[in-house]
Amino acid sequence: MPHLAVSGVHANYGALEVLHGISFDVDRGGIVSLVGPSGSGKSTVLRTLVGLTRATRGTVEIDGDVIDYRSARAIRAARDRMAIVFQQYNLFQNMTVLRNCTLAPVKIKRRPRSEVEAEARDLLALVGLADKADAYPDELSGGQQQRVAIARALALRPDILLLDEVTSALDPELVGEVLDTIRRLSDEGMTMLLVSHEMGFVREVSNAVVFMDAGRVVETGSPAQIFDAPRSDRARDFFGKVLRH
Amino acid sequence: MDYTWQFNVVWRNFDVLLQGAWLTFQLGVFAFAGGTLVGLIGAAIKTYGPLPARLLVDVYVVFITNTPALIQIYFLYFGLPEVGVRWSSEACVLIGLTLNAGAYLTLILRAGFLSVRTTEMEAGETLGMSRLQQIRYIVVPHIAKSIYPALANFFIVVLVMGTSVGALIGVDELTGTAINLSTVNYRWLEYFTVTAGLYVVLTLVASVGLALLGRWAFRVKARIV
Amino acid sequence: MERILAQAPDFFTPGNVGLLLEAAGLTLAMTVVGCGIGFALAFVLVYLRQTPGLWALPLRLICIAYVEVFRRIPFLVVIYLVLFFIQTVSTDASLFTIAVIAICLYAVAYTADIIRGGIESVPQTQVEAARAMNLGRLQTMIHVVLPQAWPVIVPPAIAFAVSFIKDTALVSQIGVFELTFRGKELNNQGFSGILVFGTIAMCYFILSFPLSLLGQYLENRLATPRGQRRARKLRRA
Repeated sequence: MPHLAVSGVHANYGALEVLHGISFDVDRGGIVSLVGPSGSGKSTVLRTLVGLTRATRGTVEIDGDVIDYRSARAIRAARDRMAIVFQQYNLFQNMTVLRNCTLAPVKIKRRPRSEVEAEARDLLALVGLADKADAYPDELSGGQQQRVAIARALALRPDILLLDEVTSALDPELVGEVLDTIRRLSDEGMTMLLVSHEMGFVREVSNAVVFMDAGRVVETGSPAQIFDAPRSDRARDFFGKVLRH
Repeated sequence: MDYTWQFNVVWRNFDVLLQGAWLTFQLGVFAFAGGTLVGLIGAAIKTYGPLPARLLVDVYVVFITNTPALIQIYFLYFGLPEVGVRWSSEACVLIGLTLNAGAYLTLILRAGFLSVRTTEMEAGETLGMSRLQQIRYIVVPHIAKSIYPALANFFIVVLVMGTSVGALIGVDELTGTAINLSTVNYRWLEYFTVTAGLYVVLTLVASVGLALLGRWAFRVKARIV
Repeated sequence: MERILAQAPDFFTPGNVGLLLEAAGLTLAMTVVGCGIGFALAFVLVYLRQTPGLWALPLRLICIAYVEVFRRIPFLVVIYLVLFFIQTVSTDASLFTIAVIAICLYAVAYTADIIRGGIESVPQTQVEAARAMNLGRLQTMIHVVLPQAWPVIVPPAIAFAVSFIKDTALVSQIGVFELTFRGKELNNQGFSGILVFGTIAMCYFILSFPLSLLGQYLENRLATPRGQRRARKLRRA
């Protein structure tokens, strides 16, 4: 059974349908990457999974449990199991790095603060920011903020980590530190779904690649197959442009 | 609560209330117009005047904006006769409100004056405009656009908060009329409910009018509600 | 002028000065209590106004209508409405209570827009991050949005309360023994109107002016920490 199974998902922004039936699976411990031109709906897929954009049709299953996005309780359950890291980090500006990481585990999961803090410090060490626990987000560089955002997501103890273009807001020299963090997580067996423009990285870490265009999945396959031998003209055209650079 | 609402008597005197509303509107318009004149002079002095004059304007603004309009009007109505200046209650309200609004409008208009950048004037100069043309085509439209919403908002404040103060020295504007009528037959709640409704209608009409005027004259998208 | 000078010794007696001090205290107390409660209730109003869902549409409309209507009615009319409404339901409410309720109803409408503006100044992405972590609407508001909206909300809210000190003059009309009421009383006792209302105006000025300066100071102080942090960051970069 796949860890995450998405099938036939439609989603709207207001009256406009932006996803027209998205389907793909992510295996336990696997990494699936969503690639495609901007505006193709990749980020919307992640937002829909955590209920920030409302799914209108289709099903999402985690370990075989169907999530009914019409029910607030089901959305809470989904958010319990999936954590999202945003392109713009979205760290809470009014809190220290440590409190960013501990807020939800303490307030929502009602775990003891001391335990959560110890774990958060371990996670900050994992992303290489053990010494920044008491700093405020706007005292950090973009790359550091993004790594904090990953630590904050991990502090929720998610089954599945969703990463939304986590390197695209960063200066090129900061991209490496974030990619290293993701590599380390994949070594530890975390199930991840990522949206990325870093084609080299996608190719290296992904088990499967989903190519999207205009709110639809155009084709799915192994990185080698998608990048080297795309079946669709749309994908061939896209990679022809992207990979040449 | 076992209160029986009786609006009949209010409807019978509705035309009197409407007359009050008309006076409220007139007072609001004249006080605002006078206040704008005072404010323009004040803002011009604050921006371009000599230091003593600027200080004088500062004292005027600080003193007026930190004391109640009601006390200012009481001062005119109960105080000035002692030195031989006897104005009717209407005149006291109008003059008091004009001076009061003038202080606030000095602040609003001054912000508008400051929002004109010298580079824009210079741009006008390079286009070969005369000083007067620069003012006509650059300064005034710019100020109008940047402060029109604040002006429109302040007009509503004068129309509502300002004019109603007149009731307390016997001016028969809307609130004063409501007080007079309800003292006669004790239907206070009914009169004041209808009066409140009339104020809402009056200000809504004014807001819509101002928004349309702004859109037509200055291409300002002022919020209506 | 001679009349004022002649009356001054009789006017500034310890008794009258005490009376005015007490009245000034009452003016300040009404403003603080009324605006304070109004400010707290305005948070509730803004929160209710943001209730999502179709079922809450009437609730949202009521909240919007409340703000719009109260901003269009003179405070004096609100005072009369509250006075006569309360007197029909209860006979033992004090005039001070009635004045505070009127101030409060008014303050809710005016501060609600200030609070809403502050809340809307916090980027929606902060809210989304919180919601995605399963924080509820209220928790998001308390832990994430309000702490960031605070510097935007506090200065204009204080400015509103300070400017309302002056508007409380109108409750003299229902017989609360505040500054304006005492002024009219002394004027009726035969003291010069120039002397009395000049003095009363000074009392309001002494209450209002320092507090308005405090408001401006707070505005600057609350605005700086972020700027300083940003400046540090820029230096590093």
